[in-house]
Amino acid sequence: MPTLLIAEHDNKSLKDATHKAVTAAQGLGSEIHVLVAGQNCKSVADAAAKIDGVAKVLIADGALYEHQLAEPMAALIVSLAGPYEAIVAPATTAGKNYLPRVAALLDVMQISDISKVVAPDTFERLIYAGNAVQTVRSRDPKKVITVRTAAFQAAGEGGSAPVESAAAASDPGVSSFVGEELSKSDRPELTSAKVIISGGRAMQSRENFTKYIEPVADRLGAAVGASRAAVDAGYAPNDWQVGQTGKVVAPELYIAVGISGAIQHLAGMKDSKVIVAINKDEEAPIFQVADYGLVADLYQALPELEQELGKLGR
Amino acid sequence: MKILVPVKRVVDKDIKIRVKADSSGVELANVKMSMNPFDEIAVEEAIRLKEAGKATEIIAVSIGAQQSGETIRTALAMGADRGILVKAEPPIEPLAVAKILKAIVEAEQPGLVIMGKQAIDDDCNQTGQMLAALLGWPQGTFASKLTVDGTDIQVTREVDGGLQTVKLKGPAIVTTDLRLNEPRYASLPNIMKAKKKPIDEKTPDAYGVDVKPRLEVLKTVEPPSRKAGVKVGSVAELVGKLKNEAGVL
Repeated sequence: MPTLLIAEHDNKSLKDATHKAVTAAQGLGSEIHVLVAGQNCKSVADAAAKIDGVAKVLIADGALYEHQLAEPMAALIVSLAGPYEAIVAPATTAGKNYLPRVAALLDVMQISDISKVVAPDTFERLIYAGNAVQTVRSRDPKKVITVRTAAFQAAGEGGSAPVESAAAASDPGVSSFVGEELSKSDRPELTSAKVIISGGRAMQSRENFTKYIEPVADRLGAAVGASRAAVDAGYAPNDWQVGQTGKVVAPELYIAVGISGAIQHLAGMKDSKVIVAINKDEEAPIFQVADYGLVADLYQALPELEQELGKLGR
Repeated sequence: MKILVPVKRVVDKDIKIRVKADSSGVELANVKMSMNPFDEIAVEEAIRLKEAGKATEIIAVSIGAQQSGETIRTALAMGADRGILVKAEPPIEPLAVAKILKAIVEAEQPGLVIMGKQAIDDDCNQTGQMLAALLGWPQGTFASKLTVDGTDIQVTREVDGGLQTVKLKGPAIVTTDLRLNEPRYASLPNIMKAKKKPIDEKTPDAYGVDVKPRLEVLKTVEPPSRKAGVKVGSVAELVGKLKNEAGVL
């Protein structure tokens, strides 16, 4: 029985999270069908058809799905669920919103945020914000799964799957979209950024984030993060927070500046490929997980770092 | 309007957990336990709605061992009015929790359920959405702002790219994100007062819910650990290593 995978997109472009979820879904060993639900999203469906390993694309195109609200999305996915053995979505805020709703309607216990497919019914997932890895086997006849995209490589492109229309489901009519305020920053989102530079309490002010962290972020095309201490002190907005109760990230390069390395911060970033720590205190726990540590005053080190990166043409 | 607030007892957020040597789970004996931080935010939001005259009563519910009563007591000390403890041997999976909560919602008829977006132990991020599905209610997940105007419920949600605002036709489920509020500390007089507030004790059987797990946990292990790397002497050396050794520039 095939796998139904729900695409992550914004009606214009297909997001990389979809490609990563396809790689996870390939571990289930069945044919993969991708559902693109949105409005005027034909170009997204065409892009999904090109992903290697995708056998078919279903498109549900209509105003009801423009903002992928959980209630109509869940109704649609459940209406299509019959022939599928597994339903998979990336563990983005969109997938996390609608997929548990689908699971409950199908009377299935969802397997959230899997980091590895051990067998078609057995998965690894991180608990306690990555401080433990659990292997679970699902006893449900259907599997409903969200995928921790940071744990999978993106599937390649080169396929040409057929695109078919899927009938819209009825509108539950209990929710409506009011508006959105998407970050206007040219910087990448924290959860999908390849490079992140984060500041801690030692930044001392919001202005210092702008003056010291952001120029380096601009050089690197990096997202900007913060420790909970910096957020609690009002130096950075809450949506920058990396850690156990903030965002869990796994970029290629993570630069922690003036961050001591509290457990809850480490939990949110220790899967990064390369970690750099810049801290005045050479005893700071952050150095225990850093690949490269620099004991230095950040107010001197960051301007220097910006200059050095400039020399490289970054 | 009544507000129902489910709260979970979890290992305190500042404790570094230890995985048992036999891979059977996480060590919970003699470990400091607290209310799930996202649930504290939910309790706070409910209290603020009551203080603003938008809610009449706040009911805190916890499903777990007898000690989960302490977590309810914390919610009562913050300002909830009464509690319901559903005694069941943890871990209880989100689907079973959602089914029990559905039965409680049907009995209590709240206009709003506010709960944490996820528990910091199992990190499932499911229960609110599942409860909404089982009730056929709308959901406002990962809320950073909540406005209640009669049965019109407006929720600003933290999404990957920024914020999204949705309007829900109440009754509804709202799950909290960190930006929603800063929970208060219970004052000593309120802690004393909370001791007199009632907590009903129930069992899953009373609600006709089978809590048998659907997921079998085969093992729990430590994640691969990172080793400390090298200290570099200067910014120039750091950049050189990042470019030539790590290959990330």
